[in-house]
Amino acid sequence: MNYLLEIKNLVKKYKEVVAVDDISFSIRQGICFGLIGPNGAGKTTTIEMVEDIIPPTSGEILYKGKPRSSLFKQEVGIQFQQTTLLSSLTLRETLNTFKNLYNDPADIEEIIDICNLRDIQKRLNDRISGGQKQRLMLALAMINKPELLFLDEPSTGLDPQARRNLWSIVQKIKERGNTIILTTHYMEEAQRLCDEIAIMDNGRIIAEGTPDQLIKEHCKGVTVILPRNSIKIPLSSLPFRFREINGRIEIRTNDINSCLNTLLSENADLTEMIVRSPNLENVFLNLTGKQLRE
Amino acid sequence: MSFKRLWAMLHARNLEFFRDRSALGWNFLFPFLIVAGFGIIFGGKDYSEYKVGVFPSQSEIVSMKDIDLPSGFKETRFIKFIGFVSFEDGAERLKHHKIDFLVKAGSPSHEYWVSGTSPKGYIVEKLFKASLFPENKNIAEKMEVRGKEIRYIDWLFPGILAMNMMFSALWGVGYVVVRYRKTGVLKRLNATPLTAFEYLSAQILSRIFILMFTLAAVWIGCSLFFSFKVEGSYFDLFLIFLTGSICLSAYGLVIAARGTSEEFTSGVVNFITWPMMFLSEVWFSLEGSPRWVKLIAKLFPLTHMLSAVRKVMNDGARLADVTPELAVLIFMTAISIAVGAALFSWNK
Ligand SMILES: Nc1ncnc2c1ncn2[C@@H]1O[C@H](COP(=O)(O)OP(=O)(O)O)[C@@H](O)[C@H]1O
Ligand SMILES: [Mg+2]
Repeated sequence: MNYLLEIKNLVKKYKEVVAVDDISFSIRQGICFGLIGPNGAGKTTTIEMVEDIIPPTSGEILYKGKPRSSLFKQEVGIQFQQTTLLSSLTLRETLNTFKNLYNDPADIEEIIDICNLRDIQKRLNDRISGGQKQRLMLALAMINKPELLFLDEPSTGLDPQARRNLWSIVQKIKERGNTIILTTHYMEEAQRLCDEIAIMDNGRIIAEGTPDQLIKEHCKGVTVILPRNSIKIPLSSLPFRFREINGRIEIRTNDINSCLNTLLSENADLTEMIVRSPNLENVFLNLTGKQLRE
Repeated sequence: MSFKRLWAMLHARNLEFFRDRSALGWNFLFPFLIVAGFGIIFGGKDYSEYKVGVFPSQSEIVSMKDIDLPSGFKETRFIKFIGFVSFEDGAERLKHHKIDFLVKAGSPSHEYWVSGTSPKGYIVEKLFKASLFPENKNIAEKMEVRGKEIRYIDWLFPGILAMNMMFSALWGVGYVVVRYRKTGVLKRLNATPLTAFEYLSAQILSRIFILMFTLAAVWIGCSLFFSFKVEGSYFDLFLIFLTGSICLSAYGLVIAARGTSEEFTSGVVNFITWPMMFLSEVWFSLEGSPRWVKLIAKLFPLTHMLSAVRKVMNDGARLADVTPELAVLIFMTAISIAVGAALFSWNK
């Protein structure tokens, strides 16, 4: 298969820690690839080695089948987890400055529209909100019409509305056919935006695949949730494994049909029943025994 | 090497500088205030004065008519008499070197007090003793110094401009780049095709432009209030200042090369600027200082720049006369750029 990026046996050691511990993965052209994991998993270290910002301790990184050349920076767009910009420039001046650093830049008006920056383009960089700043960073990452876009935790620290707003922008970028590498510790974000996912923990990739594959493989079954008082018989006589939390009964089952049949035959009231299919959060929990976010 | 990228960074940096109003104002005001301050304090007079305390005197300002002191002493130039009510007052000031010499008015035995460790006190003592003897004419023959006298302000003015240039270059290149490294601005720029050479050239060029602009503005501002004598050509002065500003900015580059701690960098900048300010003859000449002090001074670009500027401004030298200074400055620039570029790092 034709990969845009191939990462082989990548390692990054710092004095005290091995931040990235021998990982390999490949990314096909045109997909959104997600690196998922808790804080400190090694996502930023990995993505910054691939971006050619920090040197790896060892390993190989191939872009279009070859080691990265000086053209690499012309062709990729990068959004860091945190950046500060020249403080006394306006958003528009900042975009213009960055535009002039590239041989074949995008149309600045188009970028301003895609990233919803039109109303605030005359504001100074240090006079904008967190969501606006993330959109500006995204705009800067897009300024060279990149073939490959790196987004490191693009929605961290945003309120739910700003986050949804950002997702819809990333969605638009995806539709234009750009390849995207994204890191996040929000499963919802990964599930919504990513075509393929690698789950990282302690510097290693512990699972890889499409979101559906990962869920099918690592979280069989569904969770049925009922209010405690909708079950009329003594709990101990229920024929499945369950947990009682906050006055609710949570039943994990691999066979939803027989589970529901049993409940109906015991005259349980199913009016307030919730059936939850597993998500990536559960995948991570099952794989590591810990929550993604503490 | 892309001029488009270099120009983009240069433009951004200049916008930033001229937008920061308070820093901008200070950049022009600071050297102007210093020149103005010294202009007023010295008012064209010589700056070296001997201070002699006299007691008893009712007021601090001594009326020369009424005070009873040897007339030869009273008439000595460059002595300023300060009155004290009692001996204790005067002695206190003498002890703290606020005055160089203390004398009792109307004393038949000409009582005086002087600190044994004060060189100025020693001179005044000699003057005082000499004034007690009858005029001894024809012992030494007095000769006049030929040529025009150089006023202190004409000597000091280029020093202050050059000193300001030095501070502005080291802080403006060194400190600012370190701050950008710390906040991550450099890291973001490193994610673009911009090269270190382009980025650093833009920083230096923008700073040189700012330095020369400030120089012109302050020069014009000061000459509205004071008259400076420029013996040589303005064009030569401009070239020397330009070479100097390139050299000083390149020094800033070495400071900017590494590090993310603003505190550490400001320590380093202070460590360089303060000795440079005192040993480059901005304020006083190093004539008669120990050899090692003069050697250290030779390491500072400011020394060579100022020497050249003063030769042109005060003595009317031509560019050819200051070739050694210019050569040293260009040599130092080349070394600084090589070291700064070799050490430079975008990352923390
Ligand atoms: N410059 C560094 N020096 C030392 N340790 C580092 C450095 N950068 C990251 N680390 C360590 O490497 C590990 C992975 O960090 P990071 O890649 O930032 O994780 P993530 O982005 O997944 O939150 C952490 O334990 C972190 O403390
Ligand atoms: Mg991170």
